[in-house]
Formats: sequence, structure tokens, C-alpha cells
Amino acid sequence: MSANLSAILYLVSGVLFILALRGLSSPETSRQGNLFGIIGMVIAVTVTFLSVSNFSSGFIYVLIFLAIGGSIGAFIAYRIPMTAMPELVAGFHSLVGLAAVFVAISAFINPAAFNLGVPGEIKLASLIEMAIGAAVGAITFSGSVIAFLKLQGIMSGAPITFKGQHLLNALLLILIVILTIYLCSTQSSNLFWILIAVSFLIGFLIIIPIGGADMPVVISMLNSYSGWAAAGIGFTLENTALIITGALVGSSGAILSYIMCKGMNRSFFNVILGGFGATDQNSGGQNTEQRPVKSGNADDAAFLMKNASSVIIVPGYGMAVAQAQHALREMVDTLKKNDIKVSYAIHPVAGRMPGHMNVLLAEANVPYDEVFELEEINNDFANTDVAFVIGANDVTNPVAKTDPQSPIYGMPVLDVEKCKSVLFVKRSLSPGYAGIDNDLFYKENTLMLFADAKKMTEDITKNL
Amino acid sequence: MEIDPFIFRLSIFILSIFVGYYVVWSVTPSLHTPLMSVTNAISSVIIVGAIIAALSGGDGMVFSSSSIYGFLAIILAAVNIFGGFLVTQRMLAMYKKKKKDK
Repeated sequence: MSANLSAILYLVSGVLFILALRGLSSPETSRQGNLFGIIGMVIAVTVTFLSVSNFSSGFIYVLIFLAIGGSIGAFIAYRIPMTAMPELVAGFHSLVGLAAVFVAISAFINPAAFNLGVPGEIKLASLIEMAIGAAVGAITFSGSVIAFLKLQGIMSGAPITFKGQHLLNALLLILIVILTIYLCSTQSSNLFWILIAVSFLIGFLIIIPIGGADMPVVISMLNSYSGWAAAGIGFTLENTALIITGALVGSSGAILSYIMCKGMNRSFFNVILGGFGATDQNSGGQNTEQRPVKSGNADDAAFLMKNASSVIIVPGYGMAVAQAQHALREMVDTLKKNDIKVSYAIHPVAGRMPGHMNVLLAEANVPYDEVFELEEINNDFANTDVAFVIGANDVTNPVAKTDPQSPIYGMPVLDVEKCKSVLFVKRSLSPGYAGIDNDLFYKENTLMLFADAKKMTEDITKNL
Repeated sequence: MEIDPFIFRLSIFILSIFVGYYVVWSVTPSLHTPLMSVTNAISSVIIVGAIIAALSGGDGMVFSSSSIYGFLAIILAAVNIFGGFLVTQRMLAMYKKKKKDK
């Protein structure tokens, strides 16, 4: 296959990837978009096969390894529960990162195969691109592994901080730059290995200080990194499909990180420099005098909802943990039978990744046009009878609007307290991830339902 | 004076960032999770590099030091391609509209 033809076909597959993302602008077009993505991938892989002129015996092994990886991927994709989506995505990011590192290593060892010169005399531009691809890939890999371990609960979600952390990270980043410069002048393979090792270390160090509730930002950020790593390799291989895709994924992840940060009213650096939840910012522990709380049972909750004409459900990470989405939908079905208007309100950072709650509700067969974003629904709370908060906490805290001392002050929150009454399902009065007390618990119109989210929802349904 | 081909690639890269920026802002927030899984799948197009690397040994040496890294990268990228697209498809199949008869 001529080089020009394959370049054009790579461009076609890049365009198909753009259309794949474009399809996601609405659920109706999204499935078609995914199909475009698959076609784009098939084109890219086929063109690569056809442009590697020698069909050596290695070709069979390529197909075998492709089949092994493909079956593992397909198996995971069908078996994974929807509640585990954040872990899955973090895990997948780590694979992209590692694949980028491996391709860079291979290109460094055998540059002739990639038309980049001979070992020891690799073209300067290629060497820089390779080093960037390898470094970003390695950071993506180790960072994603830590994010995966934290989300999976294997590693504590609490931020791990130590003195001089930021200084150490800054020094390591400078070290990467110095190593790259020396690598270019000496072409030494030892420097290349050290560069990769230091990058692994950086990825590890930048994610450990970030707490569980900030995971939406972390996952989006790693998503972005995996894109830049792919783009770096794309420049090395002079491959348009990779460059376009890398840029798309890179900017997509960056935008998602921005949206998540905005949802918490925090700057990106504030999140990355970490330690939310660990830094005890006064407003937490001190104020622990017992304030009166009204608590109720499933019976009371059912009574309140039966007499309501409208209910807004506010789901959060706790719903995912308790796997309560199906029980919740059954409760809503019963409410609807009683002619009660039900809608769902979703905060941008509810859950552990962007859109986490939407996927869970979709899994439970909740129609997506009953699910609303914060800006769309926030004015409706004032005209609503009952708010049912299930597994959310900080995102409903009115303190964010009233107390400038609070660490979450200024964060956009759902105006749940404006409802006539609030039902708050929670296991105990413990504060949320931000480590601050929720004023909503002590409001006159709040009824706390202390129980497991799934069990409570089922009990309410029985009592309706 | 001739323009370095690198500049063309850089142009594609920069323009793609802008395309990505506008396309991603148009993605509805409820589909942000599928967005992440599909971007994950498409970034595995890095498999083209892995294939070139895996076949770099030529006929004599199927498993040379450089091709082994290529084969490993093929497995990783293939997990992502199949896993990413299939899980996205599974998620998107769940997004349904309210039935009209209600």
C-alpha cells in the first residue's frame, strides 16, 4: 500500500473518531457514534497491517496477541458491574499509558523499523517526541494504577501527604527535563531507562495525596494524559490517526477536569496539590456539641412521600456503594403510580467520575429525560414537596452558601433545603468526604433515615 | 525553503485540539462516563505503533528485544479497544427515553 494512500486512510479514521465523540451530544446519536469509532479503529488497524510490507511469521503472533487481549477486554466489558465503572476506566487508562511506554521503548531499541535512524543516532526530533511519549505514558500508567487501587478500596482513599511533597514533585519534574536534554545529546539508553523510572515515580507521587472525593478530577486528568501520551507517540510514528486521536482525548480529559473542578469551586492546582479531607480546616471537629436531629423510619418517609405531589431524588456515591439504584427505581415506580411527579437531580461531582450517577440510573431503566443537571433543576426545589437524598452529602450542604469559613464555601450545591421536607438516607451522622458537618441534618424540615440506602428504599416501597 | 513535515503534523495536532475542544463541550453531561470509556478506546489506536514494533524483527527474529515490547503493547491496547468499545456500547444501550404512553 502506498504511503500516501495509507496516510489518507489514517486521516479518515481520525475523522471517524471525531464523529464518535460528536455522537455523544445526545443519547439518540450516541450508539451510531460508537459505531463510527469502531469503524475508525478497524480502518487504522487494517491499514497498518497492509502497509507493513513483509508478512513475516510474526504476523500470526500479532493476530494471536490481538485475540488474547481482545478476549480479555471483551470479557471484562461484559462482566463489569456498572457501579465499578470508575475503577474500570482508571484501569484502562493505565493500559494505554503502559502501551505508550512499550511502543516508545521498542522505537528506541530499534529505530530503523520506524524509519527514525539507527540506534545511537536517532533523529533529534524523534528522540524528543519519544521521550515525551514515554514519560507521559509512564506517569499515566502509575497514576492510574494508584487511582484504581484507591477506587477499588485496596488502598485507602484517604490522601497520603508528607512534608516536602510538592518540592519533591517539582524537583522530579525538573529532573525529567534535564534527563531529556542529556538523552538528546548522548543517546544513552541508560538515561532513557532512568527517564521512564522517574516518570513512573512522579505518576505515583502526584496521585497519592489526592482523596477519594476528588477522584472525578483525577480520572479526567489521567484521561487527558493518556491522550497526550498517544499524541507524543503519534508524532514519533508520524501517524495522523494517532495525532488526531491524542489531541481529541487530551482536550476531552482536560475539559472534563475543568468541569469537575468547577463543580467543586476549586482550582485545578488546588485539587492536584491535594489533601482535601486530610487538611482539617477548623470548621470540622471543633463544633461537635450535640445538635438535635429528627430521625425517622421507613413508615414516616412513606407517609411524607405519599402525601406529596412532587419529589426530587438526589443520588450520590452512597447509592453506588449500596447498589441501591434498582430499589430506588422501584420506589419511584410506586410513587408514579400514585400520580406523584418524580425527577432526579444530579450534581456534577456526584459519584467518583463524571456522569457516574447518570449511568447507574440508566442501568436501573430510569429514562434519561427525567434526570436533570444542577443548573436545570436547582430552581425547582422551592416548589417541591419532598427531596429524597440518597447517598449524597457534601453536594447538598447549605454551608457552601452561608459560611465563608467553610472549605467548601462557594461550591455550587443543590438547594435541597428549600423543599418542604427533606428525607436524608444515611448510615450515620458522620461528615462527608470534605470532613465537614452538613447543616442540612439539623434543619427543621429534615428527617434523617439512618439505614443502608438499599434496605431503606425497599422498606419505603413496602410502606407506600 | 521547504517546510519541515513536522510542521504539518503540528498543524494537524493543534487543529485537532480545537476540534476536540468544541466537540467535547457539546457532549451532554449525562454521557460523560461513556465519553471517558470511548476516548479510552480510541486512544488505543496506539496499537498501530505496537503492530509496527511487533513486526520490527523481520523474518529471522520474530521475538527480538524490540518486538517483544510491541507484542506486549498489542495485548494492552487490544484489551482497551475491545473492552472500551464494548463497555461503551453496553452503557449506551441503557439510555432510554420515557415511554410515550405514560
